[in-house]
Amino acid sequence: MKYAFYPGCVARGGAPELYDSALAVMERLGIEHVELTKAACTGAGVLQEKNLKMGDVLNVRTFAMAEEMGLPIMVLCSTCQGVMSQANHRVQRDPEYLAEINTHLAAEGLEYKGTTTVKHMLWALIEDIGLDTLKETFTRELTGMNMAPFYGCYIVRPSEALGFLDNPERETSLETLIELVGGNITDFPGKTACCGFPILFINQANSMKMVANHTGTAKDLGADAMVTPCPLCHLNLDGYQPKARRRVRGDKADLPVIHVPQLIGLAMGMSEKELGLQKHIVSTKKLVKQAEALPAKA
Amino acid sequence: MQVNLKIKRFDPTDSGGKTWWQEYEVDVHTDSTVLDALIEVREQEDGTLAMRCACRASICGSCGMRVNGNAKLVCKTRVESLSPNGEQLTIEPMGNQHVVRDLVVSLDTFFDQINRVEPYLQPSFVPEQGEYTASNESMENLVTSMNCIMCGICVSDCTVLEVDSNFIGPAALAKAWRFTEDPRDGKRDERLKALNDEDGGIWDCTRCLKCVEVCPKGVAPMDRIMELREAAIEAGNTNTHGYHHSESFYNSVKKNGRLDETRLAIDSAGMFNIPRMLDLVPIGLAAMRKGKLPSPMPHKSEDHKKVRELYDSVEGESK
Repeated sequence: MKYAFYPGCVARGGAPELYDSALAVMERLGIEHVELTKAACTGAGVLQEKNLKMGDVLNVRTFAMAEEMGLPIMVLCSTCQGVMSQANHRVQRDPEYLAEINTHLAAEGLEYKGTTTVKHMLWALIEDIGLDTLKETFTRELTGMNMAPFYGCYIVRPSEALGFLDNPERETSLETLIELVGGNITDFPGKTACCGFPILFINQANSMKMVANHTGTAKDLGADAMVTPCPLCHLNLDGYQPKARRRVRGDKADLPVIHVPQLIGLAMGMSEKELGLQKHIVSTKKLVKQAEALPAKA
Repeated sequence: MQVNLKIKRFDPTDSGGKTWWQEYEVDVHTDSTVLDALIEVREQEDGTLAMRCACRASICGSCGMRVNGNAKLVCKTRVESLSPNGEQLTIEPMGNQHVVRDLVVSLDTFFDQINRVEPYLQPSFVPEQGEYTASNESMENLVTSMNCIMCGICVSDCTVLEVDSNFIGPAALAKAWRFTEDPRDGKRDERLKALNDEDGGIWDCTRCLKCVEVCPKGVAPMDRIMELREAAIEAGNTNTHGYHHSESFYNSVKKNGRLDETRLAIDSAGMFNIPRMLDLVPIGLAAMRKGKLPSPMPHKSEDHKKVRELYDSVEGESK
C-alpha cells in the first residue's frame, strides 16, 4: 500500500512521538508514503468557526494534491480525519459548491474531481493492511495488559460523513486492535466523549474535569493505559493529567495515554525509544516493563 | 423475534432511593420498535415499570431514553436495527436530568435552560395595522431549529453538561438562535451579547458533535451554536477567550500554512493576562523536560505563500 501522508500539525509539533512511532510502524509493515509537505492545516474546526469556506478551500487543495498523485490520504489525527471527511462530504455531494471552490485553486493549477479518500491510520491498518498481515508482524502478545479505548469525537461523529454506514466496523476499530495485540479491553462510558481539549484555553475548569473523569474512571476500572487515535486528546489527557487529577480528584496522574502506532509498536517488540514513550508526561515506565516482561512469540 | 432488555430501574420511595438492573425477555414482531418492546414488558411482564410515551410517531418527544449508551426516541428506533442477532439492549433513563422513577426524568432542568434564553419573540415595534410579517425565505432558514420537539435528547448526551450543569445546553442555544435569526425580533444584539458574555454561554460548547448525532429531528444544535458564535463576533463581541482562540488559529494558518501551537496558547490565554500566562508555565516546562515543547519559532508549510494567496482570494470574494 502507498499513501499520501498527512501527519498533521500536532504530530509535527506537540506530539512528535506520534510521528516517529507511525513512521517506525509503517516501515515495519512496508507501507510506502509520500508526505504532503505542501499541504496546509485542516483548520481543525476552529478556523471553520470564522470562515467555513476558507477551511473547505484549504482541505480541497490537499485532496487535489493527493488526487494528482493517485493516492489515498493517510492521517494520524482524529481531528484531521473528521474535518477532512466533513469537507470532502460537503463538496462530493454538491458539484456546484466544488466548482466554486475549484476556482480558487485554479491559480495553482489544481482541480479536485472528488475522488480522494481520507483514512486514519487506525482504519487503514484494519481495512487496507488487514488483521492477518498485521498480526504476522507481532513478536509478542500483550497478554494481561488492560487497555481503555478513547476515541474522542471527530473519528466517530458525524457518523455519516465518516462513512460508518458502509464501514460499520469503524465504530469498534480501537477494540479490534486491542484484541489483536492480545490485550484486554477496559470499556468505560466516556470513550466517545469530549477530552476537553477544545475548551482548554476557554473554560479550563470544565476541561480539567473531563480529563480527570476519563483517566480516573478508566484507572478505577483497571486500565494499565489508554489508547487514543487523536493527538489532541493525547495532549490534554496526558499533558494536563497531573494538574487535572490533583485538582479534581486529589490524586496523582497514573494512566499513560498512548497513540495507536505505539500500541502496535509494543506488539511488534519495538523499544521505548523507537516509540518515543519516554516523551510522555505521565510516565510509561511501568507499561514498558510490563510489555517487555512478556515472552517473545515462538 | 425474542428480545432481551436490561433495564435500569429506580425507586425513589425505597429507603431514600434504590437503583438496580433488571432483565426481561419478550417476544415482539420483527418490525417492532424498542418502545413496542418496553410496552410489552409493562403490559405482560412487570406493571411497575415506569416510562413515558404518547404519540409513538416521533412528534411528541416523550419517549427519550438511552439505548446502549446513546439517547434516542425509542418510538423511532427499531429493535432489529440494534439487535439483528438477538443482542441484549441496555435501556437507561436520559442523562444530565433528574430521574423521577425508572425511565422517567423530570423536565425541570430542560425548561430551566430553555427559559434562560427568553424563548419568545420580542419585537421592537407594534405594527399599526394587521400582524407582524416575515418573508418566506427568512422563515425557511429557521426550520431546522423550529423542528425541535423538546425531547431533551441533546441535553441528555451533552458532554459539557456532564461536567458543568450551568451550561445553557444545546436545546436552549438552538432555541436562542431561532430568535436571533427571526427578522421580527428586536433584541438580536442584546441576545447575542448575553449569550456571548454569560457563564455557560456559547463559548463553553466543546464542538463534540454529540447533539448533532443524537438529535432525532435534524436540529443540529451545535451547528446553530457555531452560527451564534459567528453572529456574536460580527456584532462586535470580541471580549472572549473563544474569540481570540479562533482568531489566532485563523491567522496562524494564514501566516504559516499551519498551526503555531505556542502562539495559539498565548493568544487564547491573552498575552497580558498574567495569571493565565503563569498557568501555562508548568505545562511548558514539563513538555520541555520531555523534549516535546513545540518550537517557539513557527514551522511553516513549504507552500505557505500559496496558502496566503488562497486567503486573499477567498477573503477578497466575500468583500
